[in-house]
Amino acid sequence: MSAPHFDPRRIVVAALIAALILLPLYTRVTGDAFALTLFTRIVILALAASSLNLILGYGGMMSFGHAAYLGIGGYAIGILADAGVTSGFVQWPVALAVSALFALAIGALSLRTRGVYFIMITLAFAQMIYYVASGLDAYGGDDGLTIYRRSSFAGLIDLTNKVQFYYLCLALLLAALYGLSRLINARFGRVIEGVRSNERRMRAIGFPVYRYKLACFVIAGTLCGLAGALLANHTDFISPATMYWTRSGDLIVMVVLGGMGSLFGPLIGAVALLVLEEALSRVTEYWQIILGPLLLLVVLFARGGISGLLRELGSGIRYQETGNQRSDR
Amino acid sequence: MLLLLEQCLNGLQFGLLLFLLAAGLTLVFGIMDLVNLAHGSLYMMGAYFAATFVERTGSFVVGSLMALIATLALGVAVEVVALRRLYGRDHLDHVLGTFGLILFFNELVRLVWGPAGLTLPLPSWLSTSIELIPGIHYPTYRLAIILTALLVGLSLYLVVMRTRLGMLIRAGASNREMVGALGIDIKLLYTLVFGLGAALAGLAGLMQAPILTVQIGMGENILILAFVVIVIGGIGSIRGAFIAAVFVGLLDTVGRAFLPDLLRLVLSTTAAATAARALSSMLIYLLMAVVLVVRPAGLFPAPGR
Amino acid sequence: MLTVHQIETCYGLSQVLFGVSLAIAPGEMVTLMGRNGMGKTTTVRSIMGLTPARAGSIRFGDREIRALPAYRVAKLGLGLVPEGRQIFPNLSVRENLVATAANRRNAAAAWTLAKVNALFPRLAERAHSMGGQLSGGEQQMLAIGRALMTNPRLLILDEATEGLAPLIRGEIWQCLAQLKAAGLAILVIDKNLDALTRIADRHYFIERGRIVWSGTSAELARSPDVQHRYMGV
Repeated sequence: MSAPHFDPRRIVVAALIAALILLPLYTRVTGDAFALTLFTRIVILALAASSLNLILGYGGMMSFGHAAYLGIGGYAIGILADAGVTSGFVQWPVALAVSALFALAIGALSLRTRGVYFIMITLAFAQMIYYVASGLDAYGGDDGLTIYRRSSFAGLIDLTNKVQFYYLCLALLLAALYGLSRLINARFGRVIEGVRSNERRMRAIGFPVYRYKLACFVIAGTLCGLAGALLANHTDFISPATMYWTRSGDLIVMVVLGGMGSLFGPLIGAVALLVLEEALSRVTEYWQIILGPLLLLVVLFARGGISGLLRELGSGIRYQETGNQRSDR
Repeated sequence: MLLLLEQCLNGLQFGLLLFLLAAGLTLVFGIMDLVNLAHGSLYMMGAYFAATFVERTGSFVVGSLMALIATLALGVAVEVVALRRLYGRDHLDHVLGTFGLILFFNELVRLVWGPAGLTLPLPSWLSTSIELIPGIHYPTYRLAIILTALLVGLSLYLVVMRTRLGMLIRAGASNREMVGALGIDIKLLYTLVFGLGAALAGLAGLMQAPILTVQIGMGENILILAFVVIVIGGIGSIRGAFIAAVFVGLLDTVGRAFLPDLLRLVLSTTAAATAARALSSMLIYLLMAVVLVVRPAGLFPAPGR
Repeated sequence: MLTVHQIETCYGLSQVLFGVSLAIAPGEMVTLMGRNGMGKTTTVRSIMGLTPARAGSIRFGDREIRALPAYRVAKLGLGLVPEGRQIFPNLSVRENLVATAANRRNAAAAWTLAKVNALFPRLAERAHSMGGQLSGGEQQMLAIGRALMTNPRLLILDEATEGLAPLIRGEIWQCLAQLKAAGLAILVIDKNLDALTRIADRHYFIERGRIVWSGTSAELARSPDVQHRYMGV
């Protein structure tokens, strides 16, 4: 596949990242603090969506329970904070470890199924976790848990400072994207993509497909747990609603809207979705009425998402969707 | 003992309602291979239509019938305008596209009926209770639901197993191309099947309306349960959906009622209460997980997949 | 009755038919023969509208049918007995026959369940067995019966004897001869030259998407080199 002469994607992504880096400056100048809050949220959700992209876009595993890890990471922070442990050096590794463990357990069981059954079982597990969290009366149950003190990092960084927190989130997102790109371009990524396009062949060649998929699943879960820890700090709050299955749907929307299987797709998708939400909600209270059909239209006509559209623009070739293949039903 | 009987009846009623919803879902999935998340939205629309028409006409029966027809029409419209373009595509596309429809319908309802829910009061002749066995009273309405759902289920079975339409539906499930090559307009068949599913969902919604509040998002909660049912029962199998739905309904209702007591035998009262609440919601999902591990294609997988 | 003129068909980007032409007159039995992969089934699929031809013309009676969807083609009177039989495994034998049955032109001596059962007594015996439980030969008979029940004017059989025991094959040829005698136009795709030269009227040979020879049974009998070249017999 020859590289197009002119790839608008690179320009858009570069401009986007530059804008994200310069955002706090804009905020300082205009005094628009809301933008900073909005974009912190966007960056955190972009991280979550990027982790989903690993298993969905590259790995072809459609998990409808990914938002569970946002909750797991968040509750790890919340529960520890409630118990008096506010040091980030303790909280965050715990959040990552717990997310990884859950991902391992859920993945180990779910990956024995495929297709729509896989979707259902990941959904089921996410709901189970949701209900467990709802039942935790000691931690607020359905109402959620307020986090009174953000994670502290012994003065290295002050999370209550909006600008510093924003840069931390952005740095983590970019680091994660860098890590993901290294992973995708290494043998691991090659195997995972091979599995997505023809699992039977990969198995026949001799790859331990299940182990690769599980590793992929755990990495994605852990990254999302990190996003959960960030989110909890951002909103100073965690509740079971973060894990409801429709939130997993939101993440999937971000990945698809931005462009599945493209590294910066989820970031573009998160920005597009949340900015669109903000813009539309100023026009009408009922903006989701537009978002819904828009999503359907994207699915029908712009399957490669915004990334795909940009690529089409640059190379003039009709974008051929290479996405999920129903090789196993 | 009396409580157990009552809970079993409630479980049966809930299960049968789930069956109505699941039957439509599994038909559409089995015949057209379409994963339709917006099925729950049709359920919701059935409830909203019912609440509105009953209030307007003042008659429970007339209003319900109108709601049923309206939901059927809505389902057909959605299929023709939007969903038929999704046939043959990846399941992911179905999930995304119909997820978009969920958002659309939720907002549409909010626009037309407002964010607060609606109520659908029962007419006096349905608010009574019947004495089943001397000493045991059961609400007439719930009994009516059970009977209606059983009747509809039986009719569905007869249509699918004994009529030509049913033969075509089953044939289409195993080889739709061949059905077309033998002179049947498959597109029309699909629209019919989808309409049937929509009507079933609407019926479930309108029957449930007087018992639960009619509100935005009511479709999503029960949709997952319906999916769990068809996964357990086997996708494409109506018989499987029936058995699974009744089982799930009983497990959920009876489980919720008696789990706290059961757990109190082993745990302390507070722990039991907390655990019971979490566990009872989880029971159904645990069941599905177990079934999938043991029988990955469900209990009665339909042939031709 | 059926006139196929220079059709071109592709699967995705690869072209399979490069200008195939053939014709069938009412009451004729015509064969289309060739080795595997030469385009026989593709031709059938194009005629039926399952894999539409992108160029050329297909006329049935006085109607152009090339761009019609499959169900319309079938409704006009083409009956398909497809490769691999493709009976409905989850329907009973009786249901297989009845589900798609039709008598659209109100034919006088229409095919009914009784007539089909008379033609294939074995099907009558197993009326309530599930399609998937039948043997290969029984399934083939069921596929033919199913197509007959749509009362077609032209019957197309794609590899109707593939994988069947010689005894069953003989029964199928007999059946086809009976149908021809009753006046039904038939297009047969098969590889069994001997049997077909005896009962069919004309033959077409296809190689790599092109018709390379056509002629009557008599002409074919006189040209053993043709048989050898295109069938490798």
